[in-house]
Amino acid sequence: MSTFEFLLQGLSTAMQPMILMYALIGVTLGTAVGVLPGIGPALTVALLLPVTYGLDPAGSLIMFAGIYYGGMYGGSTTSILLNTPGESASIVTALEGNRMARAGRGGPALATAAIGSFVAGLLATLALAFLAPQIVKLALVFGPREYFALMLLAFVTVSAAFGESTLKGITSLFIGLGLAVVGIDGLTGQARMSFGVPQLLDGVEVTTLAVAMFALGEALFVSAQGGAGDDKVQDIRGSVRMTKADWKRSWPAWLRGSAIGFPIGAMPAGGADIASFLSYGTEKRMSKYPEEFGHGAIEGVAGPEAANNAAAAGTLVPLLTLGLPTTATAAIMLAGFQQFGLQPGPLLFATAPELVWGLIASLLIANVMLLVLNLPLIRFWVLLLRIPRPWLYAGILMFATLGTIGVNPSSVELTMLALFGFLGYGMRLYGYPIAPVVVGMILGPMAEAQLRRALAIAQGDWTTLVSTPLSAILIGIAALALIVPMILRLRGRGAVLAQIAGDED
Amino acid sequence: MTGKTGSGRRPDGAAFIIAALLAVFGAVLLWDAARIPETGGYAGIGPAAMPRLVGLVLIVLAGLTALGGFRGRLADVPRQNPVALLWIGGGLAAQIALLQVVGFSVATGLLFAATAAAFGKRNLALTLPLGIALAFFIYGIFDRLLQLNLPGGVLETLIWGG
Repeated sequence: MSTFEFLLQGLSTAMQPMILMYALIGVTLGTAVGVLPGIGPALTVALLLPVTYGLDPAGSLIMFAGIYYGGMYGGSTTSILLNTPGESASIVTALEGNRMARAGRGGPALATAAIGSFVAGLLATLALAFLAPQIVKLALVFGPREYFALMLLAFVTVSAAFGESTLKGITSLFIGLGLAVVGIDGLTGQARMSFGVPQLLDGVEVTTLAVAMFALGEALFVSAQGGAGDDKVQDIRGSVRMTKADWKRSWPAWLRGSAIGFPIGAMPAGGADIASFLSYGTEKRMSKYPEEFGHGAIEGVAGPEAANNAAAAGTLVPLLTLGLPTTATAAIMLAGFQQFGLQPGPLLFATAPELVWGLIASLLIANVMLLVLNLPLIRFWVLLLRIPRPWLYAGILMFATLGTIGVNPSSVELTMLALFGFLGYGMRLYGYPIAPVVVGMILGPMAEAQLRRALAIAQGDWTTLVSTPLSAILIGIAALALIVPMILRLRGRGAVLAQIAGDED
Repeated sequence: MTGKTGSGRRPDGAAFIIAALLAVFGAVLLWDAARIPETGGYAGIGPAAMPRLVGLVLIVLAGLTALGGFRGRLADVPRQNPVALLWIGGGLAAQIALLQVVGFSVATGLLFAATAAAFGKRNLALTLPLGIALAFFIYGIFDRLLQLNLPGGVLETLIWGG
């Protein structure tokens, strides 16, 4: 069957009323958490993992993907109206978007962000649908060593390639790898780092770690800064319609943003935040009105918003075809697949095609839903921005502990939650990135298993890791991605890399 | 969130504390790995290899962090408000201690009130009942409707009936 037929079949799955319901819940929640400052899609998916234990796998996964897409849409609203990014991929949107809102052009800024997200989401989801089967074919020849090399590459790009310091990124990654060791070794059944505490044999729950790091760490951090930083919410004055000139300037930016975002998401080269920064730089260089940048240039909103949505769709390519998460949200979605006993990868396309294609097709529908939610209904979401901080964070902590109590209401698990929360606070305080901890924790055991399998096949011969051209090239790229940024930083060119720090989601 | 490095040249105390914590974590990994029997099998490396590698790297990273601490500040950290941290930390501790005793609603209501207090809403007569009511509502949805197993207490038993 061709991709087109698979996609049609997927659409018939996605049009079932229950599945539409899950998608609608997902995109609504996603928009809400995107709008709310301080919580992002990674945290929301982590919180929902325990709740969805008993639900339908296809529906739950569609809901998770809807949250991811929705978070990318909703984040722009906060950036534009509050000047505080709702999630990390919207940091650049705040640069131009908030200027536009202050100049009374908040409506068109929101419109170009929402329509740009729609255009990019649509193009990138179609690209995902047509690219995925090709990668699956390619992945069939992958053995443990190729998977290990890919994971090595993902580790480097998540932790060391971007951000202000290689040392801090690597440190975060190894904290995650260290935490991943806790529990029973998957290959031999050997208990590690459990110190005779039975609850530790299960390992550290992904939910606990992610919720603690993202929700608790953030709440502690914000509370400890005192009352400072009460930003004013800009009102949407007038209509959200764009003028003819706005359309003319937005179109090329949307297309360029999609073209930049999708490949960055699809290659293990970092997440949506990096794509949005690169798109902003491109728009600034290519604009006919460079003098408007910094004072509310509409391209500076249109491009990055398209780029971050395209990148979110792009991240699903390695996740679905190789089982390889490249962002924190993707890592937690992988945990979601595993919760239902599904392992994303080439095999999933053969064993559960209706699930995979239903998921891809429902993303197209989710995109349409999001456009409706984020343009005509935008004024409703703005109300969320007016929730006072004490109630907002008190509510977040309530749900955060609910997730952990729901999985395992033991005091050991809750104590871990509290400890990791303070760890997350400390890491935020000293500028250590959070995402590598989560990715290291989820990908670590997988990489270890692949490495040991590869070595077992080669009877302990380490040169097997570079014995095929593909694995040698992948390891070579990983080494370059580690070394080149270090040289750039030593030569004082680190500021650019620090700017495009992959922060949270 | 991201501080800038290199503003001062004084040794940075925080860097040494972070380095020490990393070194302790690494040492614990190595210590635990030492008691795992090395059964490499065909691969030549067994379950002890990964903790050993991670432990070693963490100790190296600790050394590099400490070296960095001599050269200047790790990050410019703004003044923190310890009272807020104590409120949230205390709220979490109270929730952990009381969860099995008084049930989900009251324990989580306490956390809610403590968090609100950390953000400046100190009126416990308002926040505590509000938090308990909200937690009770959540208990109803998740425990009864979505069949998530949340620990109940007197309040939950009284109203939902065990």
